[in-house]
Amino acid sequence: MTTADWRLYDRNGETTLHTIGDWTALDLGNALVRLSARMGGRDEVRRIDLSDLGRIDTAGALALLQFVAKDVDIDCGPREDLHRLITLVRPALDAETPSRQSSGDLASIFDRFGRHVVHLARDAYDMLEFTGHLVAAIGRTIIHPGRLRMTPLFAVMQDAGINALPIVFTMTFFIGAVIALVGTNLLTTLGVEVFTVELVGVAVLREFGVVIAAILLAGRSASSFAAQIGAMRMNQETDAMQVMGVDRFDALVIPRVLAALLMMPLMTFCADIGGLAGGLLVSWATIDINPAFFIQRTLEMVAIKHFWMGMSKAPFLALVIAAAGCRHGLMVGGDVQSLGRNVTSSVVQSVFMVIMFDAVFAVIFTVLDL
Amino acid sequence: MSAPSATGDGDAPIRISGLRTAFGKKVIHEKLDLEVRKGEILGVVGGSGSGKSVLLNTILGLKRPDGGTVEIFGRRIDDPDARSAVERRIGVMFQQGALFSFLTVQENVETPLLEHARLPKDFVRDLARLKIALAGLPDNAGSLKPAELSGGMRKRAGVARAIALDPDILFLDEPTAGLDPIAASEFDALVTTLRQALGLTVFMITHDLDTLYAICDRVAVLAEKKIVTVATVDELERSDHPWIKSYFLGPRGRAVQKKLR
Repeated sequence: MTTADWRLYDRNGETTLHTIGDWTALDLGNALVRLSARMGGRDEVRRIDLSDLGRIDTAGALALLQFVAKDVDIDCGPREDLHRLITLVRPALDAETPSRQSSGDLASIFDRFGRHVVHLARDAYDMLEFTGHLVAAIGRTIIHPGRLRMTPLFAVMQDAGINALPIVFTMTFFIGAVIALVGTNLLTTLGVEVFTVELVGVAVLREFGVVIAAILLAGRSASSFAAQIGAMRMNQETDAMQVMGVDRFDALVIPRVLAALLMMPLMTFCADIGGLAGGLLVSWATIDINPAFFIQRTLEMVAIKHFWMGMSKAPFLALVIAAAGCRHGLMVGGDVQSLGRNVTSSVVQSVFMVIMFDAVFAVIFTVLDL
Repeated sequence: MSAPSATGDGDAPIRISGLRTAFGKKVIHEKLDLEVRKGEILGVVGGSGSGKSVLLNTILGLKRPDGGTVEIFGRRIDDPDARSAVERRIGVMFQQGALFSFLTVQENVETPLLEHARLPKDFVRDLARLKIALAGLPDNAGSLKPAELSGGMRKRAGVARAIALDPDILFLDEPTAGLDPIAASEFDALVTTLRQALGLTVFMITHDLDTLYAICDRVAVLAEKKIVTVATVDELERSDHPWIKSYFLGPRGRAVQKKLR
């Protein structure tokens, strides 16, 4: 293989392009850049000298045609391959109308802004529609419990709930430990380090336990719900269900939502225990509160209402997370891109909802003076 | 291209000898031999589950052979040094097109050009547009995403990407499956035109009897874990092999023959 090259000269007043070497896509690069610079966009080559041309492909033929004047027929001489290429390329080139894309400027900013607004509005409408369907489906399931599909329900409970317990425990263990560490530092300066126990107890039971469990559910399960249902949509499985008269909500959404609803309290409980264990261990190590005393003080000083306040949020958060996951799964279109986008937004949206609902609950509890 | 190249291709761009492939204990191919001749359109037929796609994947180096050798241009496909030289000279159209769904058709066709050839950006754009036109797609197809294309257009876009680098061998996996008869015969015409103009060797897996009769120079029959015969369609019609008999002389085969005579 030899790299493409060229000479340009005048013969009898006709610009002649002398091609040298292999004019193929892989070998053409350099020669083409130099030739374009030399010709400056004009097509006035009238003759081509093919005596030193090696191999040529469509890329080479296209390059030649770009520099040869439109009214000139290229004499291919003995080069049958070039003749075939040119008969192939030339008509395609003539038929082609170079389409210019609209250049990005002020108009495109408005364009994108408008699309975003429409998209948001549509998303909000979609969410309402989904919520309506979901409520109706839940109502149907309550009236006819026989419609509930047990196998997927237990499978999701196992996958989203039981299998998540170790990571829930570990994460809240560290959260509890950090609260205790920061708390002892602060409270020791006030001389009331023993209040670390109350701090850990209230913080973990009321806020962190349930929120961490919810965020984990969002990260682990909302994404997997969206991906599972989304892949089924891409594979036309949901269409097949619809045609068979299987309700998508009964088959896909209800088991997932219900499983999340049932498992979330257990995950929250596990998170609470993890957080308290982390706090207990740190208080024992740093301020020498022994475990028996920690447990006793927790039972005496931390009102049980904090535990129930945390627990009471669990079902709401579970519902919101599972619904966001399933909704985005059903929104997946035919392409891979929309699958990725919907899985991402299922997680983003459910984490956002977790934090927002937690704030709403905090306000409600404060107003109720709990 | 048609001028002889320095690598010395010989007559057989693809040579498979003694190939054995298996998934666990399930043997797919055993002592499979096949030679593809330069410049021919070879059709590969076989029953469902006979391992046609596995054979294609093995030739492409996507699946490791469990025995025997696969050579493309005289170089073993499992030799990592040979890979990069070979992959620029083959183009593949997968069954569903396998277009990158996050890119437009235009960008899909540009991908191999940008990856392997060092060409000016403007020229790459022109060249990709040319290939899209050659594959028989309308002007505006370039700016569309694969999800917006119909099945037939997706196959054409797959071909446009496969011929982006002017390969020596074009692999087609069931190119006319799922196309209506008109689109299918247009596709057949496209393959013959490209073969003639670009000097391609075409390796085609197909079930389409019309395609076999219309454009295939030879047909390889995959049965009993190996290529039982490679011959022209006329010779296959006279074959004694039971599977080939029922394939070509069954009701569908007869219908096509009647149409051609």
